[in-house]
Amino acid sequence: MNNHNILLDIQNLSVEFRTDDGVVKAVNGMSLQIERGKTLGLVGETGAGKTTTALSILRLIPDPPGVITDGSITLDGEDILAAGKHQLEKMRGSLVSMIFQDPMTSLDPVLPVGEQIAEVYILHERISRQEAEKRAGEMLELVGIPALRGRDYPHQFSGGMKQRVVIAMALACNPKLLIADEPTTALDVTIQAQVLKLMKELKSKYDMSMLMITHDLGIVAEVCDEVSVMYAGRVVEHGTLEDIYEHTAHPYTEGLFHSIPNIDARARRLIPIPGLMPDPTDLPPGCPFAPRCSYAVEECGKALPASISLSDTHSVACILRQKEE
Amino acid sequence: MKNSTAAATEKEQLKKRKRSQMTEIWRRMRRNRLAMFGLVIVSILIIVAVFANQIADYNTVAIKQNVVERLQGPSAEHWAGTDEFGRDIFARLVHGARISLLVGVVAVCIALVTGGILGAIAGYFGGTVDNVIMRIMDIFLSIPILLLAIMIVAALGSSMLNLMIAIGLASMPTFARIVRASVLSVKDQEFVEAARAIGAKNDHIILRHIMPNCLSPIIVQATLRVATAILSTASLSFISLGIQAPAPEWGAMLASGRAYIRDAPHIVIIPGLLIMITILSLNLLGDGLRDALDPKLKR
Repeated sequence: MNNHNILLDIQNLSVEFRTDDGVVKAVNGMSLQIERGKTLGLVGETGAGKTTTALSILRLIPDPPGVITDGSITLDGEDILAAGKHQLEKMRGSLVSMIFQDPMTSLDPVLPVGEQIAEVYILHERISRQEAEKRAGEMLELVGIPALRGRDYPHQFSGGMKQRVVIAMALACNPKLLIADEPTTALDVTIQAQVLKLMKELKSKYDMSMLMITHDLGIVAEVCDEVSVMYAGRVVEHGTLEDIYEHTAHPYTEGLFHSIPNIDARARRLIPIPGLMPDPTDLPPGCPFAPRCSYAVEECGKALPASISLSDTHSVACILRQKEE
Repeated sequence: MKNSTAAATEKEQLKKRKRSQMTEIWRRMRRNRLAMFGLVIVSILIIVAVFANQIADYNTVAIKQNVVERLQGPSAEHWAGTDEFGRDIFARLVHGARISLLVGVVAVCIALVTGGILGAIAGYFGGTVDNVIMRIMDIFLSIPILLLAIMIVAALGSSMLNLMIAIGLASMPTFARIVRASVLSVKDQEFVEAARAIGAKNDHIILRHIMPNCLSPIIVQATLRVATAILSTASLSFISLGIQAPAPEWGAMLASGRAYIRDAPHIVIIPGLLIMITILSLNLLGDGLRDALDPKLKR
């Protein structure tokens, strides 16, 4: 486990939001690891705790009401949960940075984009404003925007351009880990492809690791090396692209695949997963997916299934697989 | 004529980009005629206030009584006529501009800085801090502004500085509320979180991201408040807690002239009009500035 090659190691992370209406258990004993230079896709439906996990890595969970109750996060050998305020500020943006879902709102509307990128340099490196703005211009060129446009304000850019600016900002200080929280959800399909291509290029250029949060399995197939499927704040299946796509093991993952149209079998009907995610204030005692699972047996409702490895790379948390062994 | 954005050629765009931010704001400001009117009037007032001594001597013209010439109407010699003590009203208005503008601007600065900081802290950190600060502000607000100012002046003694402090502190809660409300609406936006995600500290986020986004309501409020402050000064002078006679102050002139409104209406009409025009210009300027500072309205 103490592999030097592992950049991010999350073990047994639990995050709760303590609200007046009850305790929302957003993340429940979640574990994941990312190797250096690799991309991990974090897949799951809305409310599965993907974004909460990502924000925990940056320690940006709004507190109150959010509390990290259990687990550990180790990033590049440092214990994130024990880090002080100052250390965290230094780390954000230089060691790890994040691309938010909606580029329309993640840029400050009253500052020219060049200045916003320059800010990252000023915060993390001791350089003059002039130098910072020069480098911001270079960064813009890198993501395919003329440096001259650095003087423009965010509303003068299209959505795809804005997301490029956001990427430039995230990569400015050459972070080791880039967290992309549904970076293309707010963009239209043609732009999605461009932005993904750009991210892939830059990732290999800077030799970063990436945590790609998405619910689009197509994007996962395109950019990720490994995939973790999340359900109700827990990883239910983890494996390489091949493991997940070819040897789907968990009924939930299977359900996800049945929910997307297949271009080769157009006549096939989509089989949606019935029902909704369980209420995070009141999780069932057993497997959280059991109420929606068509394979569910009586034992599913009794205890939380442990994660079992199917191969070196592939693990799944389902009682059915346990039985097969 | 409004340029249609679509028709701008690439060359023009490049040229546009080279203009600095200040020129850009100025250019947008110039398009707004009313704002320019306000700016011109306010500039004239400032110039007049600065060169008051060159326009009319304080000791020999503005405060020297000359009972023989009392209550004269406007004439070539006395442009705005004379008051009940035979003093030249024009000269008094010129010197009054100094006091009124200074008190107005300084009082608003005091209110803006204190109220702004308190409001920003309350809005940004929320919770108990917010509650404590805003409840204190509520207590302030429950006392009418003028009464509060009277209290403060009465406690500190009446001098111009105390007057400014009194009016400033009395309008502080309004600023605190406005700044807090704008901070609340801005602080949960994603770009603030994005700023935090690149490692920005709280003070940096407040000063560089939140405050600029809250600027427009603050600017409008500030210009409106300069106007109110001028009026409050006038009211306080009226009950002799403000500027002491014989120093010329617009409000005091208005107040003392009101006894002669039937025989010599110009004594009240002229200072009254001047106060009105000043306040109107300040409001127009404030509105225009707000629009000019908003980059989204850039054409």
